[in-house]
Amino acid sequence: MIILPTNRNLADQVLKFSSWFCGLLIIGFFCYLFIDIIWHGIERLSLNFLISDPANAGRQGGIAPMLVSTLLLLIICISIALPLGIACAIYLAEYTNEHMWFAKFIRHSLAMLASVPSIVMGMFGYAFFVIALNFGFSILSGALTLACMVLPFIIRSIEDTLRNIPQIHRLNASALGLSKWRCIFQILLPMAGHGILLALVLGIGRAMAETAALLYTAGYVTRMPDTVFDSGRSLSVHIFDLSMNVPGGEPSAYSSALVLVILLLLINASTHWMAKKIRHRSNK
Amino acid sequence: MSRDKALHYSLKFLAGLSVSSLLFIIFYLVSESSIILQEVSPTHFLFDNNWHPTEGEFLILPIVLGSVFIAFGAMVLSIPLGILSAILCQFYAPVWFSKPYERIIEILSGIPSVVFGFWGVIIIVPLLAQIEAPGTSMLAGILVLTFIIMPPIVLIANNAFINIDKIQLQNAMALGMSRFSIIRYIIFPNAKRGLLTGMILQSGRAIGETLAVLMVCGNVVQFTGNIFDPIRTLTSNIALEMAYAMDLHRSALFLSGLILMIVVLVLILLSEKLETSTKSS
Amino acid sequence: MTIFRTTLIITAVCFLVACNNQQSTFSNSGASASSLAGKLIVTGSSTIAPLAAELAKQFESMHSNVKIDVQTGGSSRGISDVRQQISDIGMVSRQLKAAETDLSSHLLAKDGVSIIVHKNNPISELSEQQIKQIYLGEITNWKKLGGHDVKITVINKAEGRSTLEVFLKHFQLKNTAIKPTIIIGDNEQAIKLVANNTSAIAYVSIGTAEYDIALNVPIRTLPLNGIEASTKTVLSNQFPLSRELNLITKGELSTLSKAFIEYTRNSTISSTIEEFGFVPVVTR
Repeated sequence: MIILPTNRNLADQVLKFSSWFCGLLIIGFFCYLFIDIIWHGIERLSLNFLISDPANAGRQGGIAPMLVSTLLLLIICISIALPLGIACAIYLAEYTNEHMWFAKFIRHSLAMLASVPSIVMGMFGYAFFVIALNFGFSILSGALTLACMVLPFIIRSIEDTLRNIPQIHRLNASALGLSKWRCIFQILLPMAGHGILLALVLGIGRAMAETAALLYTAGYVTRMPDTVFDSGRSLSVHIFDLSMNVPGGEPSAYSSALVLVILLLLINASTHWMAKKIRHRSNK
Repeated sequence: MSRDKALHYSLKFLAGLSVSSLLFIIFYLVSESSIILQEVSPTHFLFDNNWHPTEGEFLILPIVLGSVFIAFGAMVLSIPLGILSAILCQFYAPVWFSKPYERIIEILSGIPSVVFGFWGVIIIVPLLAQIEAPGTSMLAGILVLTFIIMPPIVLIANNAFINIDKIQLQNAMALGMSRFSIIRYIIFPNAKRGLLTGMILQSGRAIGETLAVLMVCGNVVQFTGNIFDPIRTLTSNIALEMAYAMDLHRSALFLSGLILMIVVLVLILLSEKLETSTKSS
Repeated sequence: MTIFRTTLIITAVCFLVACNNQQSTFSNSGASASSLAGKLIVTGSSTIAPLAAELAKQFESMHSNVKIDVQTGGSSRGISDVRQQISDIGMVSRQLKAAETDLSSHLLAKDGVSIIVHKNNPISELSEQQIKQIYLGEITNWKKLGGHDVKITVINKAEGRSTLEVFLKHFQLKNTAIKPTIIIGDNEQAIKLVANNTSAIAYVSIGTAEYDIALNVPIRTLPLNGIEASTKTVLSNQFPLSRELNLITKGELSTLSKAFIEYTRNSTISSTIEEFGFVPVVTR
């Protein structure tokens, strides 16, 4: 939070009022959403729900295989997209200026990539990863497709943060005789910590929310995946199937949605916690 | 220094790799659309009576307009909401409010769009139906889309505000500028790049959102201009009919995907022109 | 930086271990005496997918060395995948067309199609002529049929869907002539819209409607020509409007495919078919 001097002038009051209004509106909306999910989802929620397999097309039983598939998808997607995204962001921020054609080309391509409809992404993932590269319907195909979708967010967040670091730090580094490698990895990247955190949070959010693309790549199978080459249904696909395809699936859909929200909470909390630990270590 | 050179080239390679998927996607769309482009003349897409691919009618124009206007409407709503929320978080709210608020926004950005579409069907559509039937409409789509794209805008704007040049900020405070003036004259210009990033990325998401708009827009191929009337978007066009589409019909659907990407490209180039013209002013 | 590196290394190791595991999934022998082994891929219609997945699960529990993966993608995907031999069996929720002579179909079940309205709609029956007039836009208000004074919300299915084709064929309509208010894709979508709109009319799968009615969803099926719309009347061939749910294959069947298809045509699984709202086709 940035502490600014307070003032009683009119413009300030208007801004204060309107931003509080927006904030409370959003909180109100979220509370309504959350209460609705808890209200309908809590009755099925139990330890059994989390560790057993689905039965009767998911209308009964649990969601254990879906949880595992979702986590596997998330881990693989982020471990591919984050390093790749950081590399691309470093390249854009440190080796190009905004007017070079290559930088513009990459920026525009990333914006276009972020606009690809999820269903087109799913069909592309199917044609490329499932068929052409012969990975088949698998968690690997799903994670790679997700990585393509998540890259624009990661790259743009980190690139913007890096570009915003004042030039003085780079000049200091070269004055001290540091190589570009050291400058980037030991000075600039740690300073871009919250940009990387943002990239991670956005990426995780986008990956967990994705449905259509995963349906055609990671697949529909409700079995617990043995390896990353197995097909596995993610939680979002499960919610979609239960609410829109299977009659009578709504109660289970609500419970699955509740688990998804709690999972998001846990993952984001641990991401922030890890970021804080890294920041403390680098501050020593 | 060869280590640095190696770093340079490997980073360049990885950067190219990051965007290679887009090239593959475009290639895929073009090759799948080639069938219909060869068989049907482009005048069909603008002048046919309606969209009935199984009967040889391929009017695409209202569907394109549907996509563009729904995304535009959602952006109009969510940009102010998003930026004001971020301002709240950073400048006006106490820490005990803004920290949990950020967590809530992060969770909202991870909720699958099918959940928002579901709420759209059971809450928003009946609500709108009371104003004007049938309820599934452009407005319903705009509202649902706003809920989906707004949270990441808040997060990106938040980050943009944190990122500003601290030295300028301290100078401003030393000069005794009021809070509002600081926000308007120091913070906003500094944060402009980050804000623009957020808006561009999320406008992409808005145009590309499939499931939620499919559920609440009505999917009738028309564009009357009345926000209470049903519309169809390019994305729901594909999702709706792909499951049963064969041959020419399927190719026509891929063509709507390709047209979507062209529309997006045009909008991106336009926004870049806008960006460079405001920078020079 | 070290946390980042160690997570990367751990993920890479997990990945490698997972890849190596792929080889050993089929080498462990189960306790079952069945000699059937292998993997089947079944793709196609999302209507049939939940039922097929359940049947696959039952089949797998009887033969421990068998894996059957069921994926969705639509009936057209089912056809193209079987043709390109990407999948072993396709799920197609319609009859095979005249041009599809290279494929063989195995009837799995039938799915009745009936008109539904909101429970509070006072109309108890519509003649075929009246239904035609509603969909052609010639009757636009319920009061003309004896109902409330409110505009009819006409819900039609998306182009190419087999429920639509069955509907058009029976009522001798062309899709270009229909004046819909809303167009939907899946049955559940139509049901949700009708349940929340007292002036809506739609046509959906009878089984799905029955299932939801039993769960107190406020909709009602309308009889056709005096015959009640229920899975029973479809089973006895009294109800005229229904579509076929087929499993399709190309060329000669492998032992595993044959065994699975025979399983699906066994009368013991009729109860499973009925659980999903479809009408079993008992083999002679």
